[in-house]
Amino acid sequence: MTTNGTIHALAARLRGVLDEGAVITDRAQLRTYECDGLTYYKVVPALVVLPRTTEQVAAVVQGCLASGVPYVARGSGTGLSGGALPHAEGVLIVMSQMREILDVDIASERAVVQPGVINLNVTRAAAPHGYYYAPDPSSQQICSIGGNLAENSGGAHCLKYGFTTNHVTGVELVAPDGEVVRLGGKALDPPGYDLLGAIVGSEGTLGIATEVTVRLMRAPEHVRTLLAAFPTTDEAGAAVSAIIAAGVLPAAIEMMDALAIEAAEYAVQCGYPGGAGAVLIVELDGPHAEVETQFEQVEAHCRDAKAFEIRIAADEAERALFWKGRKSAFAAVGRISPDYIVQDGVIPRTALPGVLRRIAALSDRGIRTDGSPGVRVANVFHAGDGNLHPLVLFDESVPGEAQLAEEVSGAILDLCIEHGGSITGEHGVGFDKMKYMPRMFTDDDLDTMQMLRCAFDPRGLANPGKVFPTPRLCGEVPGRHKGAHPLAQAGVADVF
Amino acid sequence: MDALLSDLAKACDDNARPASEDDHVGGVTPRFVASPASTAETAEVLRVAAQHDLFVVARGAGTKLGWGAAPRAVDLVIDMSRCSGVVEHASGDLVVLVRAGTPLEELQSVLAAADQELAFDNALPGATVGGSLAIAPSGPRRLLRGTLRDLLIGVTFVRSDGVVAKAGGRVVKNVAGYDFGKLLTGSYGSLGLITEAVFRLHPRPPAQVVVSARASDAASVARAAHSVVASQTVPSAVEIDWPAGTDSSGGGATVAVLLEGTHEGVAARGETVQLLLEPTGTGSPTADPATPDWWGRYPFGAADVGLKLTCMVSGLGALLDAARDAAARHGAALHLRGSAAGVVHAGLPGETPAGVVSSVVDDLRACASSYAGSVVVLTAPAATRDAIDLWGPVPGLELMRRLKNELDPPHRFSPGRFVGGI
Repeated sequence: MTTNGTIHALAARLRGVLDEGAVITDRAQLRTYECDGLTYYKVVPALVVLPRTTEQVAAVVQGCLASGVPYVARGSGTGLSGGALPHAEGVLIVMSQMREILDVDIASERAVVQPGVINLNVTRAAAPHGYYYAPDPSSQQICSIGGNLAENSGGAHCLKYGFTTNHVTGVELVAPDGEVVRLGGKALDPPGYDLLGAIVGSEGTLGIATEVTVRLMRAPEHVRTLLAAFPTTDEAGAAVSAIIAAGVLPAAIEMMDALAIEAAEYAVQCGYPGGAGAVLIVELDGPHAEVETQFEQVEAHCRDAKAFEIRIAADEAERALFWKGRKSAFAAVGRISPDYIVQDGVIPRTALPGVLRRIAALSDRGIRTDGSPGVRVANVFHAGDGNLHPLVLFDESVPGEAQLAEEVSGAILDLCIEHGGSITGEHGVGFDKMKYMPRMFTDDDLDTMQMLRCAFDPRGLANPGKVFPTPRLCGEVPGRHKGAHPLAQAGVADVF
Repeated sequence: MDALLSDLAKACDDNARPASEDDHVGGVTPRFVASPASTAETAEVLRVAAQHDLFVVARGAGTKLGWGAAPRAVDLVIDMSRCSGVVEHASGDLVVLVRAGTPLEELQSVLAAADQELAFDNALPGATVGGSLAIAPSGPRRLLRGTLRDLLIGVTFVRSDGVVAKAGGRVVKNVAGYDFGKLLTGSYGSLGLITEAVFRLHPRPPAQVVVSARASDAASVARAAHSVVASQTVPSAVEIDWPAGTDSSGGGATVAVLLEGTHEGVAARGETVQLLLEPTGTGSPTADPATPDWWGRYPFGAADVGLKLTCMVSGLGALLDAARDAAARHGAALHLRGSAAGVVHAGLPGETPAGVVSSVVDDLRACASSYAGSVVVLTAPAATRDAIDLWGPVPGLELMRRLKNELDPPHRFSPGRFVGGI
């Protein structure tokens, strides 16, 4: 256990290295960092630091290493799995001060950025040259590249263009041993193991990125977007299958069900067709002739699947309106329900209609057989790749509702696993979903994965108590306290 | 020895035998060959190998078995040819689960029946899924589709202690747990033995066109390639082929652009690309329905020296120039072929003296490093291979060693074949 004395000594040491005001020990200030985008879990960190340079990050990690203090790196704090949830006895390393775009190299189709740079700002920097950064999580106006790298963030357009891991070609990393290492860069295929491939999506457990080289893509010549309204999610799901089966690879196919539409309408007045049980947003991009040909096919497939209204975005303003409803859906649900849980499960696309019906059944009846009322579930999801975002609505002030919502939420993840899917498509495991990891992976799988963690971080100080429900003891340091999260230790995590 | 062979045979349904010289790995002859047919049998074989402390190399079709350094020792070759076949092709989900020993041609023919494909261009006939993952080669369409690392979404493998582990899954979008598939891809079999893989697939485009132009110097080649890459025509591949010895008067380099898509789309894009290539070529660009003969093949044969050069996209012209210069300076016949993505293969005849190969590689490394790239010697005749540094500088080597030590503490898998003697 870390003592107050250890933290005081560490704070003093880091004050000598970091800028004025970059070491925070004031309790009220610390409290402002108590959670990330998953606000249900709150832990006040022992210390917050705001480094501005790679050397400062390395000094912080070395300081933590010397005093055996765990640390958690945080970008913009928009994560939805509690991956940046602080450690009560540890240091929260806030990377948002490192927000310079260092190099926009159009000729090499790369940008080199600091980790605190906001996702959308990369595209803004590249846009005047006709380029953009492809991964576009819904939070792209505020989330950081460093956080994207940690979580392997996706977004609506990753169906066609892939995830963060497909768009990062280099990283400067402060490894958990305090050393600075550069992996990859502007060129492809550096010799040796693809450590970069393992670091992207490792949720801050293998080091802290201090500089990231990302791929820039040429903006498409042409973009067409349609909004199709269907009587139910069954017909919308059939349209998705037909489009994919026809060999069309849209830039995005997004679906919202009636409750999600209601919420979005209430929040941002996006003007979706009334009476729809489901809407699809389908976007195609690419060369003009390709897009026009395939767009006709997409329209036809939507009609064949009984779409009762199809709107085609006439201009950028209308396209933005279609997307506004979709991208604001999470926040919008907050307007119709005091509390909600966002899930991030993935199923094979072909299982969509069946799984949606089972979610509806869970929602109607709950998972209990005692006749108690169910909870409402709004469905918003990346239909093209089967990534569901069921929003389980509840009111914490009503006794038992939170518990019921948590149970329904867990049952939905079980449905995903039962269908050969995943517990998380893009939000990460973090603190929130690690208890589900054993449902998806065997002990041997998890043990093997943690060998990687041991190779990088034998002392288990980098974001401990995340991703893996049972920490593995690394060979060299037997018997060390491995920093299971205090919330988990206290049993709070499962109370919800 | 008899007891050991019988243990191995028991582990894989009697499919173990003493090795012959033909089973050598990089010139090192093993004692035994075992051929398991499943993940379970592979695990059993590896448990026997661990019990008897054997050094192990996995083999698919053996098309790249001589790549990398010679192993320090090999007792057992695990031949994966019986662990073969498509387990499940979920065409509606554009996903396939396949056993590691499956030849890529066989996989592609199963997928083609549903008008789908694994978007990987295999250069070596007969190569298997597992062997390709182990070495991570790449072909022309990496420009648009990425490489095997980008297509692999799930993997089952056996550790050197015989424990079976998996990572990823059967859905394209999945961030649960570490992405071990990426670590195994290109690890030269040094971390684990892959037994099954899950890939994301792509629909086979209904039409394609190849637009080609000739160019006489590196600057023109790079300009031509860049004009297409920077356009909005979304090429699947932009390839350069530059045989040895062709000088500036011969207009020796070809730039070929592959466009895939709908019939209407491909026709329109092909015209755009022809216009783009017009000012950079030495003649009128041509448009053909088929790729040229050299497409997707290495510019070196099994007995030659094969190199892989990388650079940032903007360094392509300089790297090609430097390569041609170095070859001329050292009297070597260097054949260049590669992608505008900044990944170029180069071949030298197998009889090129080791000293010449070494000098060319040194010069190329100096140039590649100033464009953020690297030069790896993929394959070479034994005398050359043993005399030169195959990998060049390897950033992160210390972390790689630690990873190897964690996953394979006795260094049972492919000892010495990979970077830094791993």
